[in-house]
Amino acid sequence: MAISILVLAEQLRGGISDITYEMLGAGRAIAQALGVPLEAVLLGSGASQLASSLGAADKVFVADNPGLDLAAPEAVAEVVKTLIDKTGAGIVLVGCTNVSLGIGSILAARSQMPLVNFCRAIKVDGGALICTSQLFGGKILSDVKLADGRGIIGVYPGAFPLEQGRSPRTPPTEAIDVPVQPSKVRFKQYIKPETGDVDITKQNVLVAVGRGIQTQDNVQLAEELAQALGGAVCASRPVIDQGWLPLTRQVGKSGMTVKPRVYLAFGISGAPEHWEGMQNSQCIIAVNTDPKAPIFDGAHYGAVTDAVELLPVLTEKVKMRKG
Amino acid sequence: MNIFVVLKMVPDTVEELNVSQDGKSLDSEFLRFKLNDPDEHALEQALILKEKCGGKVTVIALDAPEVDDVLYTALAKGADRAVKIPVSQACLGTKATAKVLSDFFSSGREAVTLDTLVLAGSYAIDDLEGELAPMLAVHLGLPYLGVVSNVAASGPGLVVQKEFAGGLRGEFEVELPAVLGIQSAEKPPRYVPVAKVRAVMKSAKIEELEIPSPTDAVCLDVQRTYKPEAGGRAEIFEGSPEEIADKIVDALAKSGVI
Ligand SMILES: Cc1cc2nc3c(=O)[nH]c(=O)nc-3n(C[C@H](O)[C@H](O)[C@H](O)COP(=O)(O)OP(=O)(O)OC[C@H]3O[C@@H](n4cnc5c(N)ncnc54)[C@H](O)[C@@H]3O)c2cc1C
Ligand SMILES: Nc1ncnc2c1ncn2[C@@H]1O[C@H](COP(=O)(O)O)[C@@H](O)[C@H]1O
Repeated sequence: MAISILVLAEQLRGGISDITYEMLGAGRAIAQALGVPLEAVLLGSGASQLASSLGAADKVFVADNPGLDLAAPEAVAEVVKTLIDKTGAGIVLVGCTNVSLGIGSILAARSQMPLVNFCRAIKVDGGALICTSQLFGGKILSDVKLADGRGIIGVYPGAFPLEQGRSPRTPPTEAIDVPVQPSKVRFKQYIKPETGDVDITKQNVLVAVGRGIQTQDNVQLAEELAQALGGAVCASRPVIDQGWLPLTRQVGKSGMTVKPRVYLAFGISGAPEHWEGMQNSQCIIAVNTDPKAPIFDGAHYGAVTDAVELLPVLTEKVKMRKG
Repeated sequence: MNIFVVLKMVPDTVEELNVSQDGKSLDSEFLRFKLNDPDEHALEQALILKEKCGGKVTVIALDAPEVDDVLYTALAKGADRAVKIPVSQACLGTKATAKVLSDFFSSGREAVTLDTLVLAGSYAIDDLEGELAPMLAVHLGLPYLGVVSNVAASGPGLVVQKEFAGGLRGEFEVELPAVLGIQSAEKPPRYVPVAKVRAVMKSAKIEELEIPSPTDAVCLDVQRTYKPEAGGRAEIFEGSPEEIADKIVDALAKSGVI
């Protein structure tokens, strides 16, 4: 049984990341069901100030130490491990984000706790926890049982409502003093995204292409549609990784977050990491040959057809309609 | 640099994935396997590093369907050695896999040297547990950084880029020896003609290194594996490409963008 639940709060560039509130919301529900306190830990410069926004927690441990700014995963894991040993926390929530990746794994390797990653739902079942993990780009779900209700859980961004983790309350805080060892991984500087030729975050219409576009030449077909619509082309990660479009056009977890009026997705499966970046588009139209592609679950309109075949036809029709 | 790349075979999601009779695992009958995407990038990054600053690239994999083809392909691309550990990767779990791979380095035949760099993929699409790379780093007592998309040698160490979000990256210094989780290489993975792979199959050999299977391979207790229920939110346009295009144009007009 968990004596308490611990949320590893996340901050980037002086602000608390959304995932923190999502985890606090998820953690609160478990804490209530189990009748245990919900605690959070926040690390790095300014942690004492920032902690005031974590009122959903019963208590926030802060290590306001610049040595922990963008610290190596092992340094963060060390602090959390010390805290777990001290408080007896039996459930630890860590964000499945680029920022926190690896911390849960190191904790699992260092402690006797199991780690369940990519979690989208958590249910309390007696003293046990059932965690639902999402695999294969959203195509498969697995329910994993943590029989004794103990474990480290990697929480997917966007899976739990943010609001439930926000509270106007100011939480009690406790400073923790942790010696930070010199690390073999050292943060040097931020590299900001190049602005590139177009800023995809400022477009009304985005024509997005995924692996289903198949060749670099076919990207041109999307470019023509984007031009006809007065928008721009963007892409999922595999297209960028192939070098078919510059990094500035990537939408998703590691790429840009976009909110256009219309997002047209051609040959994109709708993996959670892509969805994260475009879910707030006002209207999502997806074209995919696979009727079961996860993108259809969230899109407003869809068509099950070959994107490469449809694109030129659609471009012509748009031009005609615009006259 | 003495570079090791650990490669993992994963089910190809281009094929339809089905859940097997037991309701807990994937039906293996129709599964096709391929190299995990980020691993392609880890290999590419290793080859680029070798070209730039010399050294040796060794690829390592556990036993899995079609893994030999992948190992030969890696050799054809420029890896110097390919090692297969005859322990099946199926049902091993990440903790146990990390143990097997760290045993590889303490087997007496291989050793972590001052210029050792171990590259793994940042994550695998079939992963339920933690990422392997940080666990392996713990076992080997080495520093680790993940979601890395660029690696350059700099003095005795490395300068690497890690992705955050919104296109923001961070530059980090990493001392060698180290373990990195690669998200993408600085250039797209190279292509190698099939003929070259065939030639390598004739001329090169995959080494095998026996490592005892871990006795404590504890896997997570999977109760149920299933496909998500279709949200059914999308209104699906049917018909010929022309008819579909007309309907999309109507939707665009309704949204006020044309
Ligand atoms: C830490 C991390 C960060 C990531 N960051 C990002 C990110 O920022 N952005 C991102 O996009 N991904 C990101 N990913 C990757 C993500 O998990 C997916 O792998 C990726 O989004 C898949 O891209 P895709 O849909 O283009 O390719 P696939 O998943 O391969 O899908 C291709 C789709 O095309 C369809 N198709 C095939 N042929 C055709 C055709 N002729 N016409 C129409 N459809 C066709 C197929 O049915 C399939 O649905 C990240 C992953 C991780 C782990
Ligand atoms: N069984 C395995 N054999 C070889 N490499 C592996 C194995 N499991 C994981 N890896 C490596 O670790 C990375 C992350 O995988 P995972 O920990 O399963 O998310 C993969 O991309 C591989 O580089």
